[in-house]
Amino acid sequence: MAEIVKRNKALSVNPLKASQPMGGSLACLGFDRAIPMLHGSQGCTAFAKVFFVRHFREPIPLQTTAMDQASSVLGADENVIEGIKAIAEKSNPALITVLTTGLAETQGCDVHRNVREFREKYPEYAHIAVVAVNTPDFTGCVETGFAATVYEIIKALVPDAATAGSKPGTRQRQVSVLVSPMLTPGDLESLRDLIEQFNLRPVLVPDVSESLDGSLTEDEFSPVTIGGTLVSEMATLGEARATLVIGASLKKAGELLQEKTGVPSHYFDHLYGLEANDAFITALAEISEQPVPQKIERQRSQLQDAMLDTHFMLGQLRVAIAADPDQLNAFIHLVKGMGAEVVAAISAGNTPVLATAPVDSIKIGDLEDLELMAKERKAQLLIGNSHAVGSAERLGIPILRAGFPLYDIIGGYQKTWIGYRGTRQALFDLANLVINFAHEEIEVYHSPYAQKPEAERHACSPSCH
Amino acid sequence: MKSTKDIAELLDEPACEHNKKEKSGCAKPKPGSAAGGCAFDGAQIALLPIADVAHIVHGPIACAGSSWDNRGTRSSGSELYRIGMTTDLTEQDVVMGRSEKRLFHSIKQAIESYNPPAVFIYNTCVPALVGDDINATCKSAAERWGVPVVPIDCAGFYGTKNLGNRIAGDAMVNHVIGTRDPDPLPPGTERPGIKVHDVNLVGEYNIAGEFWHVLPLLDEMGLRVLCTLSGDARFREVQTMHKAEVNMMVCSKAMVNVARKLQQQYGTPWFEGSFYGITDTSQALRDFARVINDPDLIERTEAIIAREEARIRELLAPWKERLKGKRVLLFTGGVKSWSVISALQDLGMVVVATGTKKSTEEDKARIRELMGEDTLMIEDGSPKQLIQIVHDYKADILIAGGRNMYTALKAKIPFLDINQEREFGYEGYQGMLELVRQLALTLESPVWASVRKQAPWKAAKSSNNVGCADAGGASVANDALHSVQHIPQNAVAAE
Repeated sequence: MAEIVKRNKALSVNPLKASQPMGGSLACLGFDRAIPMLHGSQGCTAFAKVFFVRHFREPIPLQTTAMDQASSVLGADENVIEGIKAIAEKSNPALITVLTTGLAETQGCDVHRNVREFREKYPEYAHIAVVAVNTPDFTGCVETGFAATVYEIIKALVPDAATAGSKPGTRQRQVSVLVSPMLTPGDLESLRDLIEQFNLRPVLVPDVSESLDGSLTEDEFSPVTIGGTLVSEMATLGEARATLVIGASLKKAGELLQEKTGVPSHYFDHLYGLEANDAFITALAEISEQPVPQKIERQRSQLQDAMLDTHFMLGQLRVAIAADPDQLNAFIHLVKGMGAEVVAAISAGNTPVLATAPVDSIKIGDLEDLELMAKERKAQLLIGNSHAVGSAERLGIPILRAGFPLYDIIGGYQKTWIGYRGTRQALFDLANLVINFAHEEIEVYHSPYAQKPEAERHACSPSCH
Repeated sequence: MKSTKDIAELLDEPACEHNKKEKSGCAKPKPGSAAGGCAFDGAQIALLPIADVAHIVHGPIACAGSSWDNRGTRSSGSELYRIGMTTDLTEQDVVMGRSEKRLFHSIKQAIESYNPPAVFIYNTCVPALVGDDINATCKSAAERWGVPVVPIDCAGFYGTKNLGNRIAGDAMVNHVIGTRDPDPLPPGTERPGIKVHDVNLVGEYNIAGEFWHVLPLLDEMGLRVLCTLSGDARFREVQTMHKAEVNMMVCSKAMVNVARKLQQQYGTPWFEGSFYGITDTSQALRDFARVINDPDLIERTEAIIAREEARIRELLAPWKERLKGKRVLLFTGGVKSWSVISALQDLGMVVVATGTKKSTEEDKARIRELMGEDTLMIEDGSPKQLIQIVHDYKADILIAGGRNMYTALKAKIPFLDINQEREFGYEGYQGMLELVRQLALTLESPVWASVRKQAPWKAAKSSNNVGCADAGGASVANDALHSVQHIPQNAVAAE
């Protein structure tokens, strides 16, 4: 339905996009005792680390193969193999992901071979899972890097039903949940809670709500993640009753998991808004063979009431949105469902779900594109990450902060957007921005005849207000 | 405290059509089935928009505490009216008879802190009952501090909100109007051949700044608005109201006593009108010219009307297409029903029924004229009744005051708020654009379908008892609109 308008200018100004290795790292950080290693120069990792630290306000385990001039030219296989070994030796993690960068890919690296070579050379670390993923930053965005990494981790760590002898549904109350990076730690907690209300046991893959949720631990320092999906649990995905795939970007991963294990995958593009959540709750009721708990039904009717209350503010509101594809699609559905108009939709990357979004066109672009389109089409409200705050200020309109990174607010990563409750809060937040900042008031008029007090007459000429 | 005689006099309002029926003036509120505010509420609402006055509510906290910061009305300058002031009487004040003293010091404090051109004192039930002499207190405070202090004796138990409006009007006539002559016309405003006429508007509250849609047209006509009572008014403007050539009573009868008394005391003619809708806006402009009776003004007014009507009709055309034939149940409070009816009919909408509780006989006649003889006129405005009528008459939207809003929303009926708490201005030609925008916004909103939709798991249960019998089966739950369906294994949703 949406026409995809590709990049048509040389310079990217105020980029919206963050790199694939970032997404790959984020996926890895959702596993327990894991550490991502970026195969590239040291800067690739340092920048990524700062980016994550600013967003999550947590120490972030992240390593680098530290390619230098020599290895960049002559080959960096040793860097990868010795890098893995160093991490294995020093930190004894459960999972290491090797994520390529533009530098490594351009050089022509083969990280998959490197991992095999590592296995041969250091059999004593056979118990440590090592997964290599191609995530060059010259293509894709956070979301695609994340999806590719989830795909590779499933490929490497989930055994085929045939070899493992696993059978779907052996673990009667277990469901696997593949989650897109659009879900915040707050979202994941809420998701887990929803699923548990149906007496199901969710295994979130990956689960940044356990590792990046900002909780304090006994350990003063850990070189690897504390909390997240247990690597050992990946072997049980084949025995789950069903797989729930949240986010269109993880479709391929969901298909792979079903192919390997026979566990049926259920797909949800997102969990924003009434309809998406109706579909999700219906699926949970079916899978669990349990009635929908009253608490959830009440939350549904609370959301409906909130939709009525906020439609006055959100109806016909001209909204501009910039995000990664899954989240962009979700927000488009959410605000369109409230009667708002999406006047600018900017995506960091191009994925199949965009074409299905109910807007005329989506631009693959940057925040300058967002700003220009928003200005031209008189947007009244922006939805975007912290980088878009400057755009909103220049446009003189309010912004709802969402996406990645959120560095100018505290707790952005903990906000819950999904479910009936999360949606309700999102609608309230949007409506409040409109009430407080985007309400278009009638311009003050000063009559030239008026007998207003002396002070007022000169304080303000008719042109200003 | 006002005597029974004072109140009876205020209730007897010869200029109000309600007087002519068996009820004399305003109806008495019935215990157990009363809605709406008290006299204090009415008085405060009527005068609070006078922006540069310090408005002090004399009473314990309930009166001001739950009513201060009236955001509906807007000012082009001073924001003092937004500062809530109350004597916040304590038990000690009441028991020990210290409330007058507290009032006196409150006036001093307000003057010293905010330097207002005047202070208005709103009397409330408790001080009225214990016998505070606010007239005397105001008088001595005014003498002591050299600033006009106006007593507005409006204890809640005196009567309804409507009575409060009149008390407020009365206070202006008795204490403020006529205390200053108008300024000379500001230099540089003369236009050759155009004589400037002075006018007032009574009962215009500048809700959401909507009067700023109209005021530029009055300026263009060469009408100097000495004062709007009370939207965006200043104390010094109210003082000069006696010098107008004509007064327009806007929409409501609430302060009709002001117009009548100005006519009695100063001979100023007045007419009633409204700025809602194209027809009424044009009529109001015409009436100004007609009553002033300046041939040049009449001619220029017609030219302005022709220009503005053509302009707005062109802008409204695309919206009219969207709204044409939509059915409206109109239940208005203070705003005259007929006035909004003509605005809606201008848009090609069908008004299926209208509230007439506050309408006069004359209003009802006009409604019949506009809508036909067998129009449903609603006297009983209970929420239940309104919703029933919406269903019976297949109304697409309920247009009513804000307090009915959540009733409508709970019944999942589109709603438009036209009361004074609203945030949008509908007056004048330009206001019609905002009106159509708001109408379309709610009528066309996709949320109605969403909120009326049953939860899919319930819909499925009621139609057919389909369950998920086999845990190995995968059901495609990608589309909420489809009911639960069983789909063979391995069937997964494809885009």
